[in-house]
Amino acid sequence: MRTPRRRVTPDRGVSAGRGPRGLLVPAAVGLAFLVLPLVGLVLRAPWSTLPGRLADPAVLAALRLSLLTATVATAVCLVLGVPLAYLLARVPFPGRGVVRALVMLPLVLPPVVGGVALLLVLGRRGLVGSHLASWFGVSLPFTPAAVVLAEAFVAMPFLVIAVEGALRGADQRYEDAAATLGAGRWTTLGRVTLPLVAPGLAAGAVLCWARALGEFGATITFAGSFPGRTQTMPLAVYLALETDPADAVVLSLVLLGVSVAILAGLRERWLPSR
Amino acid sequence: MTTGRPMTTGHAGQPVTAGPPAAAVAAGLVVDLGGFQLDLPLTVAAGEVVALLGPNGAGKSTALRALAGLRPLSAGHLHLDGVPLDSPSDRLFVPPERRSVGVVFQDYLLFPHMSTLDNVAFGLRCQGMRRAAARRTAAGWLERVGLAGQAHTRPRQLSGGQAQRVALARALAVRPRLLLLDEPLAALDARTRLDIRAQLRRHLAAHEGATVLVTHDPLDAMVLGDRIVVVEDGRLVQQGDAAEITRRPRTDYVARLVGLNLFRGEGSGRAVRLAGGVEIAVAEPVAGPAFVAFRPSAVALFLSRPDGSPRNTWPARVDGVERHGDSVRVHLDGPLPAASDITPAAAAELGLAPGQPVWAAVKAIETSAYPA
Repeated sequence: MRTPRRRVTPDRGVSAGRGPRGLLVPAAVGLAFLVLPLVGLVLRAPWSTLPGRLADPAVLAALRLSLLTATVATAVCLVLGVPLAYLLARVPFPGRGVVRALVMLPLVLPPVVGGVALLLVLGRRGLVGSHLASWFGVSLPFTPAAVVLAEAFVAMPFLVIAVEGALRGADQRYEDAAATLGAGRWTTLGRVTLPLVAPGLAAGAVLCWARALGEFGATITFAGSFPGRTQTMPLAVYLALETDPADAVVLSLVLLGVSVAILAGLRERWLPSR
Repeated sequence: MTTGRPMTTGHAGQPVTAGPPAAAVAAGLVVDLGGFQLDLPLTVAAGEVVALLGPNGAGKSTALRALAGLRPLSAGHLHLDGVPLDSPSDRLFVPPERRSVGVVFQDYLLFPHMSTLDNVAFGLRCQGMRRAAARRTAAGWLERVGLAGQAHTRPRQLSGGQAQRVALARALAVRPRLLLLDEPLAALDARTRLDIRAQLRRHLAAHEGATVLVTHDPLDAMVLGDRIVVVEDGRLVQQGDAAEITRRPRTDYVARLVGLNLFRGEGSGRAVRLAGGVEIAVAEPVAGPAFVAFRPSAVALFLSRPDGSPRNTWPARVDGVERHGDSVRVHLDGPLPAASDITPAAAAELGLAPGQPVWAAVKAIETSAYPA
């Protein structure tokens, strides 16, 4: 959250900027390690044939599918994750710590394991999936819906963490003020609480969307890689690397562009200029 | 009075026909906070402003939160216009959003994501008023508090005094039957305070409902309150109008606030015998447990024992000396620990230094004695 009214600049003192010089070398190596591969990507891009490759219907289909599924997955995360974050932040209940740990689990879990787990539960023979198939004739695996579920599974913790943090940081007395003005719980939530945490909510949604866009392991395990149906950009990149590496570079460039755009959009929050 | 409940204090005991308006608020506020218990009987008439005065941590804000419904009572009861709002024994609790209560919070709590106008319109919208109508009404309130030009400003950009007035307009816009103000002037600088205090007094006078105002500043309480209820350690220790409180304090805290020396003892005739055995001659006869109060400026100091005249004299020792407005305040130690205000010239003449023995004297006519 932004600090109210005044931003206090702490006095940095004389020790500011006086670290051991030896730190510079590993720091520079670290920076180069992070940046050089991206530079290489840009340098090796087939710029002359770029427009044609981008216009390739297969590329466009993958891009469209990626944007669509990431957006729907983010919507799913918002609908389910915001209430979850609210409960974790505001409602004390026994086992809250355990619940929070469970919510965070996908964050550290290898995505491919998430994909296997989803398959076991929602697959054709899965715990829930078998009922979905026999009662409703619905089969989730290897459909765009499966892509959405895989992405949401992996990306939800990002949203929950961000929103829970924002809710904890928000001054709850505003909600008291709303109540004394006659606002019921839903009105207070919609008109006061959520707008107050809007920056955190937006940041969480963007992070969640970015994570969903880049999702690979859970997607390929649970949804497969059918061009035009479940083959998202990351999957297309991986497969193109085997058939036409130049295409892989182009697709990677697109994802890099999207990432840079996200970072630019979030710089207020995540990259303080100081 | 429409409720059949026994009232514990104030005007509530008086018959309905005899002039004073029926109590809008009738409450016995009992809130248990673990180590601290608030137990405060409170009645407020419609149109009356009651100032809850007390030191920090006395439970004033807890009382305010209980009245607003932000903290349920542990016991006791709360009625507003005869309607029960909180009664733990009946398992009855009306949540804040369904009470006709407006609150001005200490740091105002204006919604930072809304314009000033929408802040004031918020309560009206919650009452179901349409947006346009709510904004029109809100604009009227902003005009009333002199902020018509600030309708589209964000609260962040308002000065402290402006924010205070917006908070007042927001609370009053829903026309609450009970207005609550928590340290309404505490966050303002001295100059703004003077200004806002006068304005606030005008708005409170125009408010038809009951008003309860919490403050630790005796001046705020006296200027804004029709009646002052002094709260210490969760209990009501004294109540009355400003004149009553200032003339006849009943606790050391109140005496300090109003700047009086206060002693407690046993009265018989025109004398009050204090716990330490000292006897003070007083002007009016008093019997039984009694207070004696006198102004520091009534206490004269001498280097040797003065004689003649119906004075109370006692030996004392100078404990400390400080400037106090135009005069010098001398804190006295001894059988009668009191404060004495003397002129700087007198102080120089006496050559006062801490530890120095002096004689203190106060005329009986300068004392005020009243039953404890």
